Amino acid sequence: MKGAFRRQSFLIALPVILLLLWTVVYPNVAVIVGSFEDGLGHWREFAASPADREALWTSLVISVASVFASLAIGVPLAFLLGRFDFPGRRLLRAVATLPAALPPLVGVIAFLFLYGESGLITRIVQRVLGMSEAPWRLKGVSAIVFVHAYTMYVYVFLFVSAGLERFDATLDEAASGLGASTAQRLRRVTLPLLMPAVAGSALLVFMNALGSFSAPYVFGGGLRVLSTQILASKTNGALGLAYVETTVLTLSAVSGLLLFRWLDRKRKYTLASKGGRKRRVIRSRQVQILTSIGAAVIVIALVLPHLMVVLVSFARDGVWTTQVLPPEYTLENYRRLFSEAELWRPITNSVSMALVATAGNLVVCFLCAYLIVFRKFAGRRLLELLVALPWAIPATAIALGLAATFNRNDLLSARVLLVGTFWILPLAYFIRDIPLVASAVEGSLRQMDASLEDAARGLGASWMLTMRRVILPAARPGLVAGCLLAAVTAVGEFVASVVLYTHANRPISMEILAQLRALAFGTSAAYSVLLILLVLLMTLAARSFEERLA
Amino acid sequence: MTAAPRARGGEGKAGAGVLALNGVTRRFGEYTAVDNVSVEVGPGELLALVGASGSGKTTTLRIAAGYESPDSGTVTLGGEDITRVPPERRGFGMVFQHYALFPHMPVEENVAFGLEARGVGKSERLEKARAALVSVGLAGAGGRAIQSLSGGEQQRVALARALVIEPRALLLDEPLSNLDPTLRQAMRDDLRAMLRRVGVPALFVTHDQEDAFAIADRIAILKKGKLLQVGTPEELYETPATPEVASFIGRGTMVSATDKGSTATVTIGGRTRELAVKRPQGTPSRYEKAFVVLRPEALELSNQAGDASWPGRVVNRRFAGGVIVYRVELADGIGVDVESASGNAHEDENVGVSPGKGPFPIVPG
Repeated sequence: MKGAFRRQSFLIALPVILLLLWTVVYPNVAVIVGSFEDGLGHWREFAASPADREALWTSLVISVASVFASLAIGVPLAFLLGRFDFPGRRLLRAVATLPAALPPLVGVIAFLFLYGESGLITRIVQRVLGMSEAPWRLKGVSAIVFVHAYTMYVYVFLFVSAGLERFDATLDEAASGLGASTAQRLRRVTLPLLMPAVAGSALLVFMNALGSFSAPYVFGGGLRVLSTQILASKTNGALGLAYVETTVLTLSAVSGLLLFRWLDRKRKYTLASKGGRKRRVIRSRQVQILTSIGAAVIVIALVLPHLMVVLVSFARDGVWTTQVLPPEYTLENYRRLFSEAELWRPITNSVSMALVATAGNLVVCFLCAYLIVFRKFAGRRLLELLVALPWAIPATAIALGLAATFNRNDLLSARVLLVGTFWILPLAYFIRDIPLVASAVEGSLRQMDASLEDAARGLGASWMLTMRRVILPAARPGLVAGCLLAAVTAVGEFVASVVLYTHANRPISMEILAQLRALAFGTSAAYSVLLILLVLLMTLAARSFEERLA
Repeated sequence: MTAAPRARGGEGKAGAGVLALNGVTRRFGEYTAVDNVSVEVGPGELLALVGASGSGKTTTLRIAAGYESPDSGTVTLGGEDITRVPPERRGFGMVFQHYALFPHMPVEENVAFGLEARGVGKSERLEKARAALVSVGLAGAGGRAIQSLSGGEQQRVALARALVIEPRALLLDEPLSNLDPTLRQAMRDDLRAMLRRVGVPALFVTHDQEDAFAIADRIAILKKGKLLQVGTPEELYETPATPEVASFIGRGTMVSATDKGSTATVTIGGRTRELAVKRPQGTPSRYEKAFVVLRPEALELSNQAGDASWPGRVVNRRFAGGVIVYRVELADGIGVDVESASGNAHEDENVGVSPGKGPFPIVPG
């Protein structure tokens, strides 16, 4: 049985592992191999190009700066909401994660509408100060870090909040009983214990910022970063150079990952207790007023991008020029989305491609999680690695790998022509969402008592019956939540799409960009609102499924 | 110990077969979890596998159930070799340590699951499940959610689920370990009665000798994967085969002795006494080196240290229901517990301890 069981595990695992090797590993290997197609020629080209050196440097600078900016916002906000009670706390808590509901490109556009040269806030400041020109330009490193801080501080906030919630209040009480002052407790007890949460979220921000494409692409100006350089090289037909740039980007991401792991290596403790700490009510009237005003400002800053996109979605295309706010409003933008075939097309494209990708995630990630959690077989560690890998590889690199691999039919080298067809984008979405769905299912399955499977077999259940009646129900909360979130990210996906799309299968994000370039702000905002609504809807659905699990 | 002792099968109801492990060994890498273990459980018999954690008792049970396969040795039921039969085709009823009830199914679906796996129609299997629930004292609980059950109720559901498939053998992994002490006392009797009624071999694992004494007909003691001894509770108590068994089963102090066959001499503080001794069948009639086990109830306490007794000093006095247990320090650093019905000795008092008429257990040193 033991042997037979292992053999069965291996038989289920083998096709899954082969599929992942083919779709996740092989394209990246193809890129690395491709970078050497000319010997060291393309690498010399890369090293000699000032543009590429600048791009690598800028990418790293932006990533590190994004980490610090996100920490600077996320950590204090988590403390404020986790430790203190003040009027407006619940509202602030409710909107604190809202930036996460903006698809990457939409966030960038919202910032353009708000803080761009002709944006709402820019114009207001300009009028108030009576300046003849915009007080700032939303360009370059600072602009990119600004957007990153807004969208990525959420990771820090969520991680640190969770850490604070699990924080054992008696540790703090013990420290104060031993005579430690508030500052000493913070420095010697609270912060060290929160370090794992801080480090984990910092890594997440770093990886996201390094792979970020939308912000540099839309308002990088003349600025070069690696992800945009890759697309530029590919568009210019300099494929070899694109391969080198992709390899460098991937290596940077992986070294960042390893560096964080190494820094975090000494940690041997976990925060396991149920917190149970009461939030301190702010008593002083003045501090209370100040806190509430501060909270109100933050709430407005957090909600403004969403509101602005909604507002602009009702603006008639082409009429918003030098005014503070768009002068004319209409439902025309929405009507056109649903009535004009050319505008409706991207919506059906995105939805159908997301459905295909998510269906793939559903099957493959369920099997992966089941194998990882419950089975022992040769190759389990490999499977774990394969499932986590797409997370460590920037989306631009994934997309370029697919472009380099699935560009012709050649069965001998396991290549199939997918580039230019419908299937290449669903494949890219599928790969990007593997870690998300698999870890959600793993979470559910790990809550399941492993002896349930034994119990079902002992009662005479076949493998299929055990799967259907015991494993699937246990996996369902994570499976549903993971797939909803995967579907939502796939519908709004931009970074891989921009490398791989064709006119026929253009997704919503590419149409938003196209409308923006045509200065049809209203139409692009209407698409964006659709995406935001979809994200909110799916996130709420996913959350209600996750709550069932608890 | 050279050969592992082999258990006798109980004489049970006709028709059901004897469950036997024959020289079963299971290794995990370098580590031998189960080492050449042989036990037999007859129909209607309750056998407890007892040992500390890491003794291999759970692995032994999992081999019997089919979740582990032995590296060598066989598992037979009624003489039929089932070593390679997977658990889903063994038809055994198993009760897991944490019960392994399916959290997403109501009680009756849990109980009916084994019948569902056997293709029994829905109304029939639910009917049988409800009948099984009645038999474990949970009439009317069929529609309840697993999460709403107490620990004791969950245990009964797990038992009902194992019984409803009319198992050919019953296996229970620490069936009482998740219950609180008072419930545990009550459940022991219930469990024994319910297992008796089924009339199939029942094998259960426990680390608690009181559970084993209360439920089992016979007890198998495991240590580091090896079977030390199998026997009725009385046999293990009166004639342990090894020092480990003697110390695991009941209280008592082991003192070194000179073995003379049916008697042995014990010298403490220069005073030598000759005691009647008893050993299990099939063991050598004389041990080279030997220990005699001085059980508290086999010793007598006197206020005066006479010629017939070992002198000592009471260091602790503890009331234990109908008797008083005295901890007495004898010479040579030997301490013994003595049970006495009279409570007139007090702490720090000098007393005499003399052995009763025995026979005393003797084990090899």
